Amino acid sequence: MAVHEILAATNAVVTLDVALPGIVWPWFVTMNMWAKSIGTGVIFMLFLLLRMHPESGKKLRFHTAVAAFVFINIFLLFTLADLHQPFRMWHIFFYPHWTSAITIGSFIASAFLGLLTLLVFLGWKGQNKDESNDTYDKLLLWVTILAIPVTLYTAALLSQCTARELWQMPSESAQMILAALLSGSAFMILLGGDKLSYEAKKTLGVVLGLSALMSFIIYMSEYVFGAMKAEEIAFTLEYIKGDGPYTVMFWLGQWMTYIIPMVLIVLSRSSKSKAILKLAAILAIVGLFMVKHVWLIIPQLLPMS
Amino acid sequence: MKLGFLVDLHLCMGCKGCEIACKVENEVPLSTWRLRVKYVDVGTFPETKRTFTPLRCNHCENAPCERICPVSALHYLDNGIVNIDKERCIGCAGCVMACPYGAIYIDPQTQTADKCTYCAHRIASSMMPACVVACPVEANIFGDLDDASSNISKYIQVNQGNVQVRKPEKGTNPHHYYVGGGNVTLNPLASHRIDGYSLFNKITTLPLGGDH
Ligand code: SF4
Ligand code: SF4
Repeated sequence: MAVHEILAATNAVVTLDVALPGIVWPWFVTMNMWAKSIGTGVIFMLFLLLRMHPESGKKLRFHTAVAAFVFINIFLLFTLADLHQPFRMWHIFFYPHWTSAITIGSFIASAFLGLLTLLVFLGWKGQNKDESNDTYDKLLLWVTILAIPVTLYTAALLSQCTARELWQMPSESAQMILAALLSGSAFMILLGGDKLSYEAKKTLGVVLGLSALMSFIIYMSEYVFGAMKAEEIAFTLEYIKGDGPYTVMFWLGQWMTYIIPMVLIVLSRSSKSKAILKLAAILAIVGLFMVKHVWLIIPQLLPMS
Repeated sequence: MKLGFLVDLHLCMGCKGCEIACKVENEVPLSTWRLRVKYVDVGTFPETKRTFTPLRCNHCENAPCERICPVSALHYLDNGIVNIDKERCIGCAGCVMACPYGAIYIDPQTQTADKCTYCAHRIASSMMPACVVACPVEANIFGDLDDASSNISKYIQVNQGNVQVRKPEKGTNPHHYYVGGGNVTLNPLASHRIDGYSLFNKITTLPLGGDH
């Protein structure tokens, strides 16, 4: 923990107190954010491919819908598993409290899952007619629009956690969208394989590289300047500085998710190597879990009272 | 009516009578608390002093816990109390994450959120909260903040200039005040929690809600 300037007269030590609660939101919540990023990110990427590289995009309609469906279900499953009273989940729909991001998120995620199920069905029905699938594409537009609040609501939820100063609303929103673009493009590179043209892969690589760069800049800005804004942020960041308990995981995440993939993408463009691009994609997906986990856990280590 | 608390830290002697009374009155399970008295030792030997701070829910006027609760299990009563309906709670722990004062716990027996309710059940029967009754030095002052002639309002008036709330920067507008508080007593980041320094209890953290 950070040691403020201690004067002899104000040196203070807690000598009798109750035990404080440990981690409130554990890795289940990391899983929630990670899976949701991929589930919404692949939808964004399919939408992009169908506009920029329709030849590649149209071959991936069904696969993308299935991938999004699977990851959104993982997200919902872990959200449910994290509840201490999972069988009361229905209370959200019958006693909704509209100031809560959890309520709003539950409703839009449910609507999203419904539309996604329909998208899987339409993708499956149109599997053999590669050329056009108008109904699918029209629905995809609405699914893409809905994917934006689905991916953003967690940022709203984090910002409603008044106790956790580290999570500020504008930067968390940006990080959620960037995580979706990063993991969506990475997953699409792996999912598409040879169905993607070289140009389509290049586009996905650019999205991956740029979202990694922007996300990295935001984290580094917090890392360097955060401590100057608020005492609680300064204390929280100590957990990822020096020999803090999450320093290694933080930097491992930053290198795996952002720094190495950015370098690999540049290399893959100059060497036209598919393997290097795939390696960048795998690293980004795995690393994102670590990045999200560290950011979730460190503000929970602070004593609140 | 707007019920509120005030603790005069000049009077508190750390007897923990309030803590025990709360445990008994509300059958607060082991490993959890609604109200506790924290001891912080200040200074450098031999110039040291022990401080005592009773800590409970602040019944914030702008309560983050109420705002984040997806099912309104946390709700305001007409008298200003932030109350909880344990039957409604789904155990999402959003409130635990939102409360800047660490005042909410997950009850290991019911796996639902719980916290100090200012003894809402006793208030409904025109009784004082159990902790107020138990305090031998009347350090806990409880009453209606809307009534200028109530004890708590008068106390605030008389001690103007020395009345504090915890973390005012959070904008929660607590209905819980301290007289004679300072950075060490009210700011948890102003003191160290060093393993092995606690008088009787060597455990610094416990899993939330037992082993969920
Ligand atoms: S102190 Fe915490 S639990 Fe109590 S009303 Fe305020 S935010 Fe809610
Ligand atoms: S744990 Fe219960 S009381 Fe707390 S926010 Fe969730 S549903 Fe509401």
